[in-house]
Amino acid sequence: MGDEPIPLHRLPVGCCGRVFEMRINDVARRRMLDLGLTFNTEVVALQQSPSGDPTAYFIRGAVIALRSQDASQILITPVKSG
Amino acid sequence: MSSIDSREGALPGGPVMVALAGNPNTGKSTLFNGLTGMKQHTGNWAGKTVAYARGRYRYRGKDYILVDLPGSYSLLASSAEEEVARDFICFGQPHVTVVVTDATCLERNLNLVLQILEITARVVLCVNLIDEAERKGIGLDLPELSRTLGVPVVGTDARKGRGLGQLQEAVRRVAGGELVLKPPILTYSQLVEKAVAMIEPAVQELAPDYLSSRWVSLRMLDGGEKFNRSISKFLNAAPAQSEALAGKVAAASGFLEEKSGKSASDLIVSAIFARAESIAGEVITISPGRADGWDRRLDRIFTSRRLGIPVMLALLGLIFWITITGANYPSELLATALFWVEGHLQALFKAVGAPAWLEGLFVNGVYRTLAWVVSVMLPPMAIFFPLFTFLEDLGYLPRVAFNLDSFFRRAGAHGKQALTMCMGFGCNAAGVIACRIIDSPRERLIAMLTNNFVPCNGRFPLLIVLASIFLGYRGGIFRSLSAAAVILLVVVLGVMITLLVSKILSRTLLKGLPSTFALELPPYRRPQLGRILVRSFIDRTLFVLGRAVIVAAPAGLVIWLMANVKIGAFSALEGSARFLEPFGALLGMDGYIIISFLLGLPANEIVIPLMIMSYLASGSLLDLGSLGQLQALLLDNGWTWLTAICVILFSLNHFPCGTTLLTIYRETRNFGWTAAAFLIPTLTGVLICFIVATTARLLGLP
Repeated sequence: MGDEPIPLHRLPVGCCGRVFEMRINDVARRRMLDLGLTFNTEVVALQQSPSGDPTAYFIRGAVIALRSQDASQILITPVKSG
Repeated sequence: MSSIDSREGALPGGPVMVALAGNPNTGKSTLFNGLTGMKQHTGNWAGKTVAYARGRYRYRGKDYILVDLPGSYSLLASSAEEEVARDFICFGQPHVTVVVTDATCLERNLNLVLQILEITARVVLCVNLIDEAERKGIGLDLPELSRTLGVPVVGTDARKGRGLGQLQEAVRRVAGGELVLKPPILTYSQLVEKAVAMIEPAVQELAPDYLSSRWVSLRMLDGGEKFNRSISKFLNAAPAQSEALAGKVAAASGFLEEKSGKSASDLIVSAIFARAESIAGEVITISPGRADGWDRRLDRIFTSRRLGIPVMLALLGLIFWITITGANYPSELLATALFWVEGHLQALFKAVGAPAWLEGLFVNGVYRTLAWVVSVMLPPMAIFFPLFTFLEDLGYLPRVAFNLDSFFRRAGAHGKQALTMCMGFGCNAAGVIACRIIDSPRERLIAMLTNNFVPCNGRFPLLIVLASIFLGYRGGIFRSLSAAAVILLVVVLGVMITLLVSKILSRTLLKGLPSTFALELPPYRRPQLGRILVRSFIDRTLFVLGRAVIVAAPAGLVIWLMANVKIGAFSALEGSARFLEPFGALLGMDGYIIISFLLGLPANEIVIPLMIMSYLASGSLLDLGSLGQLQALLLDNGWTWLTAICVILFSLNHFPCGTTLLTIYRETRNFGWTAAAFLIPTLTGVLICFIVATTARLLGLP
């Protein structure tokens, strides 16, 4: 896979990426940081909800569901899963 | 400056103040209950502890006051819960802070631990759910963790009471200053350290002794506006001094951003997480094979694209069906027993020569109402609540929120509203309080105003009883199945109305866009059947029944009096019922039913008993007993299936009970919103019942 950063909501289920940049500010950014979404953190897309949004992600040992509109603000670099 | 230890050995004879902090879902409340013997309701989802609870315990001759802080991921952010937790740890100066962490998710939890260790060294780390971790093949080197962090670490399984003794011992030793605590100072990148150095001297002059000036400086750089407001109350600064300090902070943040291109908070949080990651790397070993395989497998069913929602409906329907089928027989048994007692009571009153009115008041008024409440409501509750608690304990409810979130998003509401809605199934007042987990005021109000559209514990017995009497189709298993389906439909209708009203509100009175949110899906936990039975019986069944009995006894008295005091040609009861009859008829019901709903304002539990009482009191005195006889009583009073449907619909959509209204007022401090909470569901109910009744009549159905 390429190294081009993509928004998190585009990460296919089962794939893994690393946080590259967060395009949100203030409270929302803070909240994401507190979940452990800091630079280079590994994120795995686990599963979509029945309607396809939100999606559950595996972040630092916890499963966190994010809505697409929020996930789209987080840029990640896809990682080849080994 | 080692200001943290300034109170070393300064423990007076008074109780030891212990704060209980931790991420949501770490079993904090269970631990709190285990230590204090209190029964705070716990549930496997974020945000159960919305304000803090206090409890006491005694250990080796000393009293400890335990303060259960709201679960939070961090002390740095801005939600109301995090603020409560942070202010208590910073400024409440507890003697010891116990940080509860989830052994299965230690890395993320360490973020909060490290943040707290920056404020105070008097910390005991409690690694809870250690059994779950073992089961998942997660190995934890607790002695190493303790060495790394410089504070005592105790592994516990709060649900089974494992490790609580060791935890109390560690707390005692920290409180008494027996342990020398030396948590290493968390160091940041050179740039951050430089920025801290730019402001720390100024902070040190102003900060009270008990606050670490390093920590205060870091937080000021971090720039939480709310924090700066909190802290200014505690700094002994003249306005000019604060302004000078603010200038320094701005200069230091500017320096950081210019040099690194990143904000101070990004740099600080990243450093804390990097440290957490490296500690986790040292102390956690995960045995090969997916540790969370079971969770993922269950999630693939419960939140699956195709099956998620059908499975959810099937589970709920199954619960209703089991309740309806199972409640019938014990209901009859109870009724027989209680009315056997009634016969003897009457005989007793006669034997001692009590006047007829006294017998009427106490036996026909108070006792009979109570007997009805118990025999009609106890069996369904004793079956329904344990089943629901089972799902709650398993960790299923956050999955419901996950499945339903897209509907809430489209309604302009917050995703956590699905969780507060689930709380409403238990009790709407609790559901309204739970709305505090929603940060945005707009979305919180929407959630509070619509919480009443899910039927609470107090209303389920009415739904179950009426559905099983009137809406069963044919006999045998079809009867209970169709009754269960009706209740399921009612709940689904409630959710749809919730969404519709939320949407209307977010387009009109409470305009705005949904705010950012993250929903944690905690690991499934193996439900403990014994505990579920005990807890759901004591905390819920007996609680609801107790409330019903307490309110129903005087209400039975009032109804009996109303039925026996003549005003003109009619009794007071008959008079009011006749007055309300046209309105009731318009809605497919009758005057007595409307009176029962009105008098049922203190508690929804008593609506059914009040109906029964008013029918019984107004003449057709009938031998009492089981559901079959209840059916006969209602049929005698002109009920049809349409009446039952309208009563069910009105029960779902009418004013919240008194407690819920009071809670809404306390939460909003606003009469207008409280009135809205009263009017919105009532008007909805009037409208729906009117439409249903009119349509049925036009079609000539009943």
